[in-house]
Amino acid sequence: MKHTLSVTVENRPGVLTRVATLFRRRGYNIESLTVGATENPSISRMTIVVEGDDRIIEQVSKQLYKLVDVIKIVDMTEERFVERELVLIKVKADNNVRAEIVQIVDIFRARIVDIGRNTLIIEATGDSRKIDAIEDSLKPFGIIELVRTGKVAMVRGGRP
Amino acid sequence: MKMRGAEILLDCLKKEGVDTIFGYPGGSVLPIYDALFNSDIRHILTRHEQGAAHAADAYARVTGKVGVCLATSGPGATNLVTGIANAYMDSVPMVCLTGQVSTALIGRDAFQEADITGITLPITKHNYMVESTEELAQVIKEAFYIARTNRPGPVVVDLPKDIMEKVIDYKPISDEINIRGYRVMRGFNSGQVLAAAELINKAQRPVIYAGGGVISSDASAELLQLAETRKIPVTTTLMGLGGFPSTHYLSLGMLGMHGTRYANYAIGESDVLIAVGVRFDDRVTGKIDTFAPHARIIHIDIDAAEIGKNVNVHVPIVGDVKEILLALNQKLQPQPEYGEWHQAIDRWKDEYPLRYGFSMEGRIMPQHIIEKIYELTGGEAIITTEVGQHQMWTAQFCKFKHPRTFVTSGGLGTMGFGFPAAIGAKIARPDSPVIDIAGDGSIQMNIQELGTAVQYKLPVIICILNNQFLGMVRQWQSLFYEGRYSYTDISHQPDFVKVAEAYGAIGIRVTEMKDVEPALKRALASTDCPVLIDFWVEREADVFPMVPPGGSLSNMLGGD
Repeated sequence: MKHTLSVTVENRPGVLTRVATLFRRRGYNIESLTVGATENPSISRMTIVVEGDDRIIEQVSKQLYKLVDVIKIVDMTEERFVERELVLIKVKADNNVRAEIVQIVDIFRARIVDIGRNTLIIEATGDSRKIDAIEDSLKPFGIIELVRTGKVAMVRGGRP
Repeated sequence: MKMRGAEILLDCLKKEGVDTIFGYPGGSVLPIYDALFNSDIRHILTRHEQGAAHAADAYARVTGKVGVCLATSGPGATNLVTGIANAYMDSVPMVCLTGQVSTALIGRDAFQEADITGITLPITKHNYMVESTEELAQVIKEAFYIARTNRPGPVVVDLPKDIMEKVIDYKPISDEINIRGYRVMRGFNSGQVLAAAELINKAQRPVIYAGGGVISSDASAELLQLAETRKIPVTTTLMGLGGFPSTHYLSLGMLGMHGTRYANYAIGESDVLIAVGVRFDDRVTGKIDTFAPHARIIHIDIDAAEIGKNVNVHVPIVGDVKEILLALNQKLQPQPEYGEWHQAIDRWKDEYPLRYGFSMEGRIMPQHIIEKIYELTGGEAIITTEVGQHQMWTAQFCKFKHPRTFVTSGGLGTMGFGFPAAIGAKIARPDSPVIDIAGDGSIQMNIQELGTAVQYKLPVIICILNNQFLGMVRQWQSLFYEGRYSYTDISHQPDFVKVAEAYGAIGIRVTEMKDVEPALKRALASTDCPVLIDFWVEREADVFPMVPPGGSLSNMLGGD
């Protein structure tokens, strides 16, 4: 099962390497990893999606805790949380299909951010399922290039 | 006060109680060596940086303090790597100081530049590159704190040359430590201790499986009390030897691949297994699914990540072993006798004692030499080993009465560890006899440290059990590869006696049984000169009994 871990770390050079090295060395598979600043400039937040049963996830978080630069770990899978991902999709779009694509973009509340002679770049945000769905819907038109940010997430309500 | 970075470094080391460092100079550490020139910190010059790392490692194991080694940038630092990995696997507290090129040159592939923080990432508890002279004192304080607290381990501190040269207005920092992501473990779950006590009080066939954690937590007395209160047999891992006296009637010796049959059989029959300061290593458990199949397992360890890593346990207790055993001992009811369980164990001990055969060609049996060493030192010497057959024979045939008297490379299995380790141990405990039990393969990996031992007049004793083979590998080739001795015959070797003498040490060759004891006595009498004894032993003696790799503990080869 996929788990989403929110990992608070020191904002220092090398921290990403420490986390990535740990996953590689222990043989855990990272589905996605995003890292960015938080409201506190000395702290960064990593959102790590990792596949594994409860025992593996327990090992992952215990091993992560042993890294001196890791401050806190929350397995959000156990919580109610909001997750978002952003995707940019460059899709083939000649005049015949352009209207149809625009319709799909509307349905997903996505946006067109670039128009080329025969291409469109579409930007969409949402949870991973929505991103999967928009990707599937655009596939028949011919996807030229696609980039996903990986997931960021936050626990709902008052708890940090 | 105006001070140079290098002087601040030494001031910080002294505040951490450092009196000895093991090292090797070079370009990037010139400022540090300049400061050492008139410092009262003792610097031991080894002949290779790996020797410095192993010596510092042994110094830490023998004293319980943090060991310190120092090397220059680039190759100096990379030569420490094996020593760092060795300390990491055996949870030894060390601070490894490495020189680095000046900050302006970092990342430009400068002369003798290596990314040592990157290289040592997976083999250190933590590492630092110091970024300014101003933060140096804080980094050193944190490095020692992290190295010695919780589960100990090595910490690397990389020191760019310009940061060591820079003069700043230095104000010593406060003793307070606050690292957001690192908290020292205090206390434990007392409900779990109760649950453990209940299991132990009801157990019919309990066994204690004790490891290096007992020694690093200084919990031998508490372990002895636990064993004696409930009359529980104790088996230790290689790292745990000395944590429980092997002369005690409850001792089962070592368990695992080359453990005693009675220890392994006791594990197999036990109904409650009390695992203390251990990590269920594959050399201990054999086939994991058949390890202690009937037992409820209590696992006491300071590292939460060890719980459930290799086996599922029933009662985990995370915290300091000594504190937990103190609490646990108060909850135990004294056990009058275990009639049946002790009888079963006594039967195994009678039926399967450790034993060895004799040499067809009349050569000395290696095990005999180890028995003699124990006999002559009465368990009061510090024994170090290299890695291989001689190491396992030592674990089997030498007895250890006290913690911190057996220094061996357990986790990493580093050939070449024992001799520099003996030097570190002798520096730490000049009044104890220190004996490195070696193989003819391993000793050649760091034999240059004879120079160090002679220079500092260290009467360490090297006993080479010379079978002219890489014996352990040969044994596996004999058992599992149809006797195809591929590249394990090392009979092309130097005259070890002459090598010793060339360095200014005493060299003795022993080829006959009757000369074993006189040679050892002569070596033990040396007061200011290292002694190397080259024992010519039976070439194809094997280490038995043995659990074949991946096999179950109940299925041992040999020794029956």
